[in-house]
Amino acid sequence: MAEDSLTLTKLREKFAGHIVETHSFRGDDTASIQPAAIVPVATFLKVDPELDYNYLMDLTAVDCLRLGKPYRFEVVYHFFSLAKKHRVRVKLPVEARNPEVNSISSLWAGADWYEREVWDMFGIKFRGHPNLKRILMYEEFEGHPLRKDYPIRKRQPLIGPGSPSQPQPK
Amino acid sequence: MFSQGFVTSRLEKAIGWARKYSLFQYPFVTACCGMEYMAAAASHYDIDRFGAGFPRFSPRQADVLWVVGTINHKMAPVLKMVYDQMCEPKWVIAFGVCTCTGGFYDNYATVQGIDTIIPVDVYIPGCPPRPETVLDGLMKLQEKIQHSRQEF
Repeated sequence: MAEDSLTLTKLREKFAGHIVETHSFRGDDTASIQPAAIVPVATFLKVDPELDYNYLMDLTAVDCLRLGKPYRFEVVYHFFSLAKKHRVRVKLPVEARNPEVNSISSLWAGADWYEREVWDMFGIKFRGHPNLKRILMYEEFEGHPLRKDYPIRKRQPLIGPGSPSQPQPK
Repeated sequence: MFSQGFVTSRLEKAIGWARKYSLFQYPFVTACCGMEYMAAAASHYDIDRFGAGFPRFSPRQADVLWVVGTINHKMAPVLKMVYDQMCEPKWVIAFGVCTCTGGFYDNYATVQGIDTIIPVDVYIPGCPPRPETVLDGLMKLQEKIQHSRQEF
């Protein structure tokens, strides 16, 4: 596919060995990179004066359990440059066993809570995160509810029927 | 009746009458139903006509707990604690379908009806309920208060 976006060209030049795949669909740039490269890539996107991605718009994950992919999760970053008005999506394929990627919360403070949310919902750990604990669910909650293998009917109430103090009458 | 200068009543009935027209409310507002609660409480629908115009933001001073909006499992112990802090006599209104049954939030996070945690006197369904429905629910509660046994 013909690509002439500045971001993808520069990324492919600088991180040739770490880029899994790139594409640009109707002007939306996406780069899949190896998980180990996220901190150098994010740093490059942030500090390169031509790219100047100073804003982390979103950080989330996808559980690809039944999507027939060779990996289990995708961690997805959306970067935006307020000055240059361009954006890029970076995806990391992550394995099912002990999913863990490096934290970028030292680069964008906003990544702190995003990473906690991804940990809470998907159980993906972020190496180097200052305070990686649940952000939405309660500490007593077991498992990660947005994983596709979390039982859809499973409830973990703290009080009331079905809670530890009041087991569910069957 | 009044021209003769006196009124006869049963004490219980008089107390019920007083209680139903001086409902201090505690609005436990968590979600979008709060907007509809405000609409019902503000001047256009004017909940004050029913003697329930005085929200108290301390459960210890409140008579009616309005649970307005989705309650999730993380919130449930808080709601229970607020309810436990209220003095008798006390009543609970489940405002909106989320508080009645969980609504369409049938998932890992949401309490499937607050009556699994605390007793409920009046259920007001709707997503969100119209102010007319809210006022109807309030009048149902007043009826219930009037006709219940008064402890004092």
